[in-house]
Amino acid sequence: MIFTIAYKELRMLFLSPLAWILLAFSQIVLTWVFLGRLDAFLEIQPQLMQIANPPGVTEIIVSPVFAIAAIVLLMVTPLLTMRLVAEERRNNTLALLISAPISITSIVLGKFFSLLVFFCIVIGLILALCISLLAGGALDFGLLLSGAVGLFLLVACYAALGLYVSSLTAQPVIAAIGALGVLLGFWIMDLMASDLDGWMLYFSLFKHFEQFNYGLIDTFSIGYFILFMSFFLAITIRRMDGERVQA
Amino acid sequence: MAIQTAPITLSVQNLSRSYGNYTVVNNVNLKLMQGEVLGLLGPNGAGKTTTMRMLTGNLAPSAGSISICGVDLFEEPNQAKAHLGYLPEIPPLYQEMTVDEFLRFVAKLHQVGNQDIQDALDRAKRRSGLIDRGVQLINTLSKGYQQRVGIAQAIIHCPDIIILDEPTVGLDPNQMREIRELIRELGSTSSVILSTHILSEVESVCDRVNIMHQGQLVLNETLTALKEKNTNLETVFAQLTVNRQ
Repeated sequence: MIFTIAYKELRMLFLSPLAWILLAFSQIVLTWVFLGRLDAFLEIQPQLMQIANPPGVTEIIVSPVFAIAAIVLLMVTPLLTMRLVAEERRNNTLALLISAPISITSIVLGKFFSLLVFFCIVIGLILALCISLLAGGALDFGLLLSGAVGLFLLVACYAALGLYVSSLTAQPVIAAIGALGVLLGFWIMDLMASDLDGWMLYFSLFKHFEQFNYGLIDTFSIGYFILFMSFFLAITIRRMDGERVQA
Repeated sequence: MAIQTAPITLSVQNLSRSYGNYTVVNNVNLKLMQGEVLGLLGPNGAGKTTTMRMLTGNLAPSAGSISICGVDLFEEPNQAKAHLGYLPEIPPLYQEMTVDEFLRFVAKLHQVGNQDIQDALDRAKRRSGLIDRGVQLINTLSKGYQQRVGIAQAIIHCPDIIILDEPTVGLDPNQMREIRELIRELGSTSSVILSTHILSEVESVCDRVNIMHQGQLVLNETLTALKEKNTNLETVFAQLTVNRQ
């Protein structure tokens, strides 16, 4: 059942030009950053040769690309999540799903997984970009993989949050703006957290992602991401369940 | 008529729903037999749509219980909903999909087995007159055809109970006649609840009529009984639904 919903969401996504435009947009931005970093690397390569144990291409090119990808996807996710529930509600199609013999949990998870599949495509394209570096040198696959896993978990958190905001309203545009606002809030929290090492550090999504991007797979960070996702998925389910009772 | 002996498919007890202090549906009791077409009548705002939304699990009642084919809707919602087909007031259609895609999706949602989907799809399209519209995008269809797709999605999984909220709104007279014939045909195997404002529609397709007024059920009578009493549905309706303040 979850699969049926996810398949339908993906189909609807790729039937509209939005998914293709977002894929193209993020790929153009990231390729630009990638080429910029490549240029910088070629420029400093002679100096790097002189230090012992120099950073490799993965550290200098791939990690910054992932860091930018985290920001680009922060902008892109609200556009993908906005229609998930809000549009169904506006077009009165939510009644179709609710009167079908499936639970609200399956509906929410199906929608969530459809986004994860989309993000797998985005991350796959970024990985393909990075792997093209093999033509000119060796890559640190461990670091590459850890960055990709971190980015995946991070965008899964964005998706869960966006899905929740979408379940609050019947207007896709409001859902998009709301989700973007909250995500930007998290970003600002991250900027503040860089200055002081207090509790905020633990709550910043990006700090946890940075760990992955340094090649450090920390169970604490994985735990945080999974908690974050489960929390927002749970309150989405609660919200959609409660809607029927609401007086 | 063998209706008396037919098994009960839907039983609703003391159903109420209020929004704040405003009671929309007040203590409604309904019973539906297999192979029966029930017409739910009432003026605007009588609570017909609210009742139907509660029957299909889209809205939780403030009080009361609903049992569908012996399964309690609130204790085992998924099993209960498997017996239901529902066409809301506004047909729930994904405008970007083709008719076939949409109906396939609905069939899968209702757990129609993979090998049966094609049959179910053909049958639903034939019954609702959509045979040659399969590859058309839903948003290119006219209002009447969209309504038919709405009906097709409600009957694709051959449910025991079909709930239709104003199914003939926006149809031309020919289409209306076809849909009424279809409802009669569906009524021979399943139970149908139909809400409408058109009294002649009730007279032509329903076995039994329930009239709602201000959230309460004010009449529950079979059409044959009405005929025997030699009363006109229109006069009954007018008498029962004048505003009793």
